[in-house]
Amino acid sequence: MSQDKTTTTATPKTTGHNWDGIEEYTNPLPTWWIWGFYITFIFTVVYWLFYPAWPIGDKFTKGIPGLHTITYKATTVDGKEVEKTTHWNMRSKFMHEMNEMEGVQKQWFDKVAAMSFEDVSKDAELMQFVNSAGKTLFSDNCAPCHQAGGQGKIGFSPNLTDDHWQFGGTHDEIQQTIVHGRKGFMPAFKEVLNEQQITQLANYVLSLSGEPHDNAFATAGAQLFKSEDAGCYYCHGADAKGNTQMGSANLTDKIWLWADVPAKSTQESKLAEVKRVITGGLDRGVMPAWGGRLKPEQIKLLTVYVHDSLGGGK
Amino acid sequence: MEATSPVSPVKKPSPLLNRQIPIVTRSVKGKFRTFKTAVMVIAYSVYFLLPWMQWERSNAASQALLFDLESRRFFIFNLVVYPQDIFWLAMLLFIAAALLFFTTGLIGRAWCGYFCFQTLWTDLFIMIERMVQGERPARLRLIKQPWNAEKILKMGVSHSLMILISFWTGVTFAAYFTYAPDFVYHLFTGQAAEAGYITVVVLTITTYVAAGLSREHICTLACPYARFQGVMYEEDTLAVAYDVRRGEGTAGRIAPGKGLRIREERQAQGHGDCIDCGFCVQVCPTGIDIRDGLQYQCISCGLCIDACNNVMDSVGSPRGLIRYDSEQNIASPVPHRPRLEWRRPKVLGYAASLVVASTILFYNIGTRSDTEANVQQVRQPLFVMLSDGSVRNRYQINIINKTEHEQRYYLKVQGIPANALDMGNIPEIRVRAGKTLSLNAKVDLSSEQAKATKHFSFIVIPTIAEAEPVVVKTNFHSH
Ligand code: SF4
Ligand code: SF4
Repeated sequence: MSQDKTTTTATPKTTGHNWDGIEEYTNPLPTWWIWGFYITFIFTVVYWLFYPAWPIGDKFTKGIPGLHTITYKATTVDGKEVEKTTHWNMRSKFMHEMNEMEGVQKQWFDKVAAMSFEDVSKDAELMQFVNSAGKTLFSDNCAPCHQAGGQGKIGFSPNLTDDHWQFGGTHDEIQQTIVHGRKGFMPAFKEVLNEQQITQLANYVLSLSGEPHDNAFATAGAQLFKSEDAGCYYCHGADAKGNTQMGSANLTDKIWLWADVPAKSTQESKLAEVKRVITGGLDRGVMPAWGGRLKPEQIKLLTVYVHDSLGGGK
Repeated sequence: MEATSPVSPVKKPSPLLNRQIPIVTRSVKGKFRTFKTAVMVIAYSVYFLLPWMQWERSNAASQALLFDLESRRFFIFNLVVYPQDIFWLAMLLFIAAALLFFTTGLIGRAWCGYFCFQTLWTDLFIMIERMVQGERPARLRLIKQPWNAEKILKMGVSHSLMILISFWTGVTFAAYFTYAPDFVYHLFTGQAAEAGYITVVVLTITTYVAAGLSREHICTLACPYARFQGVMYEEDTLAVAYDVRRGEGTAGRIAPGKGLRIREERQAQGHGDCIDCGFCVQVCPTGIDIRDGLQYQCISCGLCIDACNNVMDSVGSPRGLIRYDSEQNIASPVPHRPRLEWRRPKVLGYAASLVVASTILFYNIGTRSDTEANVQQVRQPLFVMLSDGSVRNRYQINIINKTEHEQRYYLKVQGIPANALDMGNIPEIRVRAGKTLSLNAKVDLSSEQAKATKHFSFIVIPTIAEAEPVVVKTNFHSH
């Protein structure tokens, strides 16, 4: 049996340095490691040729011109479509990829644009696209007010998942709403009516939705509602069912937008909520117009999404 | 690498990364070698030929085994596996693990020695070396020799062959994921997908490096199985073992010399049967000496058994100085014939889990329905109050058609009135072959019904007669 050569190698080499008899071994780095290190050098140089690298003042090197470029389409501030070719950089790459994705989505958007609302909502496969693309559009543009799921917030924005549509819930009406925006308004009654009258009206309003109320006050409120003194019926209609033409609320259903009645537990607090709205009126029901901001096909898709995926009539 | 003279393998395993002596194994004949070769032939035939096997299919490439990542479907003969069947993969991995534990507990590292890819490819590459460069002594001479024409030629040829095989290994692997004939054609005409080229290059390099260059180092340094299989050994586990008492006697092993040639003479002087020829060490692919006892490097390939048996035959001693036997039996005063000791809790436990897992898997595959449906409740908002006081919940229903044809379905509800379900304007549900369709559904219940309802079910009914409806239970929220 021979000896294990690996344990009997010759005396290790030293650097030749000697301090008081203390010597230093030369332990060279492993060859593969050294080579890996050299390769990173080569890589860096190649990188400089292809990518933005060195800062020079407030500029930077952009690699060899024309060696590694990206072309993308963009819309300028004044709405012109331009095609740009630049050196490789993250922003251009992002734009380029967005262009590609738009290309992929385009066939679907085109399909939606070419079909009637009715036909889109009948096409199960197209509705899958509406659901996912609609969700993205909705999250980017609508969710800040209407919340991520379209559930809205009482006192701020309408719930789009129920069956009540302040300005009308047909496809066409919803599209109108998105394109032109809406403004809901109710005058303040604190100058016109006295405290007791407001209490009577508020009781009447609660009675319409089957909420706890004072019967005597409610009966008086019903008179007042239809009278010229208060004139509520101008907007809300004699049957108090509202009017989608002007966006006046239906007071007879269970849905509340401005007075948060469902959240209050006692009769007094519910009453106070309604009185607050009658007293102070409303001047906040503003939905901005999206006509100029979103493309027509995007608005069309959003319309279907809001009508068919979120809400829809009963 | 330093030019250390390649001498006969070291006695003690050298410490981890220090080993610089290449292992040059001697070939051997015997039943374990024959078995290994048989396994190799079968395994390679299956691996290299399977992607080329054709299978008639109406809606996809006619390849018997096709892992179609793009359409997210695995075609395994008549079975189509969808991502929803990921459970099967989990079961399969579990079965593989249980099988490994079971066999290892019973007969040691059988996986390593006969079936592992590392072993198979290393074995093949060593065979190539032997064919091109000659038997062990010739190869050792070649390694020592300076780089002259002969060495360059022989080394060049054997390594080119290895790279070629590695390349075809890579091509074959990639061919499982796309239609093989097209892929191979596109590969050479430069039209294959980028991922195809990357796969082939990576597989070529890793195969060549692992089986051509690193070899046993993969087993001893890199492979996790090598280490944890040791844990499964018990005293009764059959493993490749050297019978120390028989081999060493009382006076130790000794080479046959004058007066030491006949077994009786040796025994009279207290020497054992081991003639210290070193063949068992020379054939070992991991370069260890089994006579030092069970070692973590031993992959249980059985080649040292073959080598030793041949030597015992030639000196006229009984076979089995190195054999499959248990630690227990070798150490016992009167060893019996080696036998499988399977009546052990560990082995029975592994066997039981193996049986249970396989039953579940096959039952599940056998009874899979062609329709799968799942329901997700829309949670934003969880419920909504409608103008007449009724309550609406919304759901997203996904219907997966696992058949190879377009199917029509209709949807019903159970546990609530039929008219509570509102599918919008969708007139009829059609799902393409192998596709998933997701649909919006609204369910409206009057406030009294809503209060009384916690759960109900959707029933997805395929229109073809023999298909079973799928019932999916879900929740209804009203507060
Ligand atoms: S140790 Fe690992 S790589 Fe080596 S044969 Fe066993 S399983 Fe294969
Ligand atoms: S000791 Fe024997 S069984 Fe173990 S790896 Fe070496 S030759 Fe194979």
